[in-house]
Amino acid sequence: MAIIVVDVMLKPEILDPQGNAVASALPRLGFTFARSVRQGKRFEIEVEGEPTPDQFAEVEKAAEVLLSNPVIETYAVRVEK
Amino acid sequence: MRIGVVTFPGTLDDRDAARAVNRGGAEAIALWHADADLKNVDAVILPGGFSYGDYLRCGAISRFAPVMKLVIEAAHKGMPVLGICNGFQVLCESHLLPGALTRNSDLHFLCCDQQIEIVNNTTSWTSSFAAGEKITIPLKNGEGSFQCDDQTLIQLEDEGRIVARYVGDNPNGSRNLIAGITNSRGNVVGLMPHPEHAIDPLTGPTSQGLGFFTSILNAMVR
Repeated sequence: MAIIVVDVMLKPEILDPQGNAVASALPRLGFTFARSVRQGKRFEIEVEGEPTPDQFAEVEKAAEVLLSNPVIETYAVRVEK
Repeated sequence: MRIGVVTFPGTLDDRDAARAVNRGGAEAIALWHADADLKNVDAVILPGGFSYGDYLRCGAISRFAPVMKLVIEAAHKGMPVLGICNGFQVLCESHLLPGALTRNSDLHFLCCDQQIEIVNNTTSWTSSFAAGEKITIPLKNGEGSFQCDDQTLIQLEDEGRIVARYVGDNPNGSRNLIAGITNSRGNVVGLMPHPEHAIDPLTGPTSQGLGFFTSILNAMVR
């Protein structure tokens, strides 16, 4: 069994009000390290056995078609070791 | 004339949309998301709500509903389609309209009476209005901020595809105050505010939303 991880993030030019809200909440709690925060989504997809290149390609396709909206988001697919 | 009103699991405004269709003078036909049949309708409305719980992204799952396959095919052939609020989100996710609707810039769910200006009165859904006419209808959304890249925005502006703009302060952070857009053919319109809630002063702020539902009759007669 392996886990294929898909990270989806808003494109840099798209306003991220949730990330901004987190960024402004941090200093209120005394955390002063953040210049900015962007919030995204992470999908963990369990597959049988070691993922094959075909399977990986299928997940990439799914990331493009369903898991992300390419108009506003980017995605990155990787296998979790 | 038969206008289909699609109900997805989580749709809220299908009844008001059907009522508005009937009030406008057409016959509302209920369509179910799992239908593989458009029941010979002449136009389709995708109403507001939270289809599929807004899971993943608003409209992202609805786009793949069986009825949407038919709606998308018919829209490409010129059938008029109006997406209101969640329906607008579904149209963007379906790539029938460009851009995307994202979280309101101030993160709050909005619910107010909003003045909008009808910028383009040549679409299937806006011909009853005068160009530049200002109307007040309800606006209620959590993810109503219209976003697209600069090139798309310029294209929408240059081709006159902005259907309606918010008047006054920007309520949700939409680029260029966009409240609604259309495709190049003018048969597909997405609108964030809710004309179907403003067809009767007894139940809405005005009856100025009715124009969307009478426009479609003109479009069919032509």
